[in-house]
Amino acid sequence: MDGSHASGSKVAAADGPGTQRTQYPYVTGTSIIALKYKDGVIMASDTGASYGSTLRYKSVERIKAVGKHSLIGASGEYSDFQEILRYLDELTLSDHMWDDGNSLGPKEIHSYLTRVMYNRRNKFDPLWNSLVLGGVKKGPKGEEKYLGMVNMIGTHFEENHIATGFGNHLAIPILRAEWREDMTFEEAVKLVEKCLLVLLYRDRSSINKFQIAKITTEGATIYPPYSLKTYWGFSAFENPSQGAVGSW
Amino acid sequence: MARFDPYENNGGTCVAIAGAGYCVVAADMRLSVGYSILTRDHSKIAHLADKCVLASSGFQGDVKALQKNLAAKELVYEHNHNKKMSCPAMAQLLSNTLYYKRFFPYYAFNVLGGLDSEGKGCVFTYDAVGSYERTGYSAQGTGATLMMPVLDNQLKSPSPLLLPARDAVTPLSEAEAVDLVKDVFASATERDIYTGDKLEIVIINSSGSRRECIELRKD
Repeated sequence: MDGSHASGSKVAAADGPGTQRTQYPYVTGTSIIALKYKDGVIMASDTGASYGSTLRYKSVERIKAVGKHSLIGASGEYSDFQEILRYLDELTLSDHMWDDGNSLGPKEIHSYLTRVMYNRRNKFDPLWNSLVLGGVKKGPKGEEKYLGMVNMIGTHFEENHIATGFGNHLAIPILRAEWREDMTFEEAVKLVEKCLLVLLYRDRSSINKFQIAKITTEGATIYPPYSLKTYWGFSAFENPSQGAVGSW
Repeated sequence: MARFDPYENNGGTCVAIAGAGYCVVAADMRLSVGYSILTRDHSKIAHLADKCVLASSGFQGDVKALQKNLAAKELVYEHNHNKKMSCPAMAQLLSNTLYYKRFFPYYAFNVLGGLDSEGKGCVFTYDAVGSYERTGYSAQGTGATLMMPVLDNQLKSPSPLLLPARDAVTPLSEAEAVDLVKDVFASATERDIYTGDKLEIVIINSSGSRRECIELRKD
């Protein structure tokens, strides 16, 4: 930021000379983990939101249901995510008002988000998020599972398992090694918890309060937050300077 | 503090080889950013018309926007003219589309392959802002610097300065061209970290088009 106005760093797009768009995020959420399993898609994240390196909020939902067939998870700027949720509410409302028995599936919602994110980057006014979209919908070939992501500049793709942020470095190797298409929900929860625990230990902005959500043909379920059991009793943790004696 | 950057390099390599009655268009399926791989199964190839295939690498967001835009224009052309767009027509359209965004370019490196109106194989190669040339073969993307000298060595295109102008199409048979494509990708994958995982090959000839997929190194 060129520092001329303290308040000018996040002005809505009322264009004119001196207007400045979001150039960096304020309150951010960390990784999202998501994977396909036997009956649908499971998604998980912690409930923290950081203000720089300060843990500002400890109980925010970063996973939400969209329409009847989808779940969205977001890392990055939390207020931008709330704006995206407003867009999606508008979208699902207008979809509902057609009242024609059709409804937008995860594929359509992902496609919509892709266009929103790419358009905003073209205006140099990005929504500072990585979004994960998962869902199941009955299609011509029966139940179709869907899992995709899109980032703040519009790069998007589909995958069987996705992890954003730190998760892309720490969780993806675990998921690649252990993921199967026919996992039961219980197995999927175990795998997701393993990833979350690694992130909790190594991602300093993650917190020990997690939410798991699933989407199946029965609809979306977002479970209440809970904690994982941690172990910090390693001897290197208890006396870290032992074995590293200084010269003085 | 880090400023917003509207571009990202997602890597990837595209190759096309034209022969007398065929064209081979190929691209790897890795999508990466920095040292991370986003996915190992992402197609960079768009089938724009019967005899016209586009392979693009660069920034995936721009690549998809560009390919969707061209596909939409092709559909309108079909409705207006009651025929599919020819490959040379699509080549000019692509050039204009890229130049239209000259001052906020599509970060996309394209190779367009197909058959021309006489049924001869054709390849068009581009830069990000729309400069283009019809050639007999080309490579674009992160692995292009590794592949292009090999293709030059194996295919020896006639100089564009020769008069009368010679055909740029390669003397190889279709099967030989496909094998060459597989070899150059396998080689580039050894040294280019942005190329690998899988290779998607589309072959267009007088009897239509077919798609082939082979595995590449995943490290």
